[in-house]
Amino acid sequence: MAIKVEHEIHTRRKGRNLGVGAILAVFIAIVFGLTVVKVIQLGEAGKFERFDHVARPQLVPDAQTGTEDGAQ
Amino acid sequence: MTDISAQDTGREAGMGDYFALLKPRVMSLVIFTALVGLLVAPVPVHPYIGFVGILCIAVGAGASGALNMWWDADIDVKMKRTAKRPIPSGRVAPEEALAIGLTLSVFSVVLLALATNFVAAGLLAFTIFFYAVVYSMWLKRSTPQNIVIGGAAGAFPPMVGWAVATGSVSVESALMFALIFMWTPPHFWALALFVKSDYGNAGVPMLTVTHGRRVTRNHILGYTLALVPVALGIAFTSIGGPIYLAVAVVMNAWFLKGAVALWKRDDAASEADNHAVEKRVFRISLYYLFAHFSALLAETALAPWGLGGW
Repeated sequence: MAIKVEHEIHTRRKGRNLGVGAILAVFIAIVFGLTVVKVIQLGEAGKFERFDHVARPQLVPDAQTGTEDGAQ
Repeated sequence: MTDISAQDTGREAGMGDYFALLKPRVMSLVIFTALVGLLVAPVPVHPYIGFVGILCIAVGAGASGALNMWWDADIDVKMKRTAKRPIPSGRVAPEEALAIGLTLSVFSVVLLALATNFVAAGLLAFTIFFYAVVYSMWLKRSTPQNIVIGGAAGAFPPMVGWAVATGSVSVESALMFALIFMWTPPHFWALALFVKSDYGNAGVPMLTVTHGRRVTRNHILGYTLALVPVALGIAFTSIGGPIYLAVAVVMNAWFLKGAVALWKRDDAASEADNHAVEKRVFRISLYYLFAHFSALLAETALAPWGLGGW
């Protein structure tokens, strides 16, 4: 017995489903694009970047010269 | 029964039917005027932010169109012109249109606030409210001045576009609003004079039905006269210039000439030539708005070469 994977509604509403999928994809692309533009508009990333769940040796305060805040 | 479709309409709604809910033809005018409002503003906008801003305004306008179709489904079914719309034809359920309208309204306003500023988002929210509630739910069925006051909803887009760039409202954006606001009544009443409408059957108090066609002709001339100083006044603001002034003088003379010809006629003459003048004035009104906003755009576009502005 053949397994019928497709329900009739899947073919009947294929156009609508593809349309909704496309709209969601476009929405994600728009928000992603906005994020990129807004972050770039902030300027030099070095001014505001901080630890982001990974070790960033260049941001670790140097024990010899003092911390970033100037405290020993 | 295995089918989960809520109603037997003969044909399942496709994406085109949902898109039709957003009134794409109205949306095209909204996009054009909002884009001009954004581009003539003195503050430069990042092209992508501008694109998202215009998209939000277009979607917001579409959302208000869907809410209008949801509310007016009962009268749309009675009128020939609107009977084939997605809801009266049974392809889209009213609840679906309401859900789409509300969802897109919230999406467009929130995204516009995040992408640009709260002034633009607030103006867009007010535009949607004005069209869906003030015009559709309140004025449309209660006063023959529905077109006049309701026209404000269609006049807001350039103001929103300006706010996307500047984050504020100014004399220039208010005058662009006034231009569309004053243009809407003669534009729609010229159409009402030659389209065999069944607004009367649907209980919508159009001026042609409540006060007669003679009064409508008087009103068209009156509003066209009031429109002239607004259109010419824009020429002397920071977004105007000689190109705009020349276009405005020509277009206002043309529109006014048509309105006078329309005012001089009676219905017998109109019937005799199949409403030739009424149709011409309606066509001129379309060119009129397009020419004014194109001229504003030309002033901005030519400014880098020293040709735009005063």
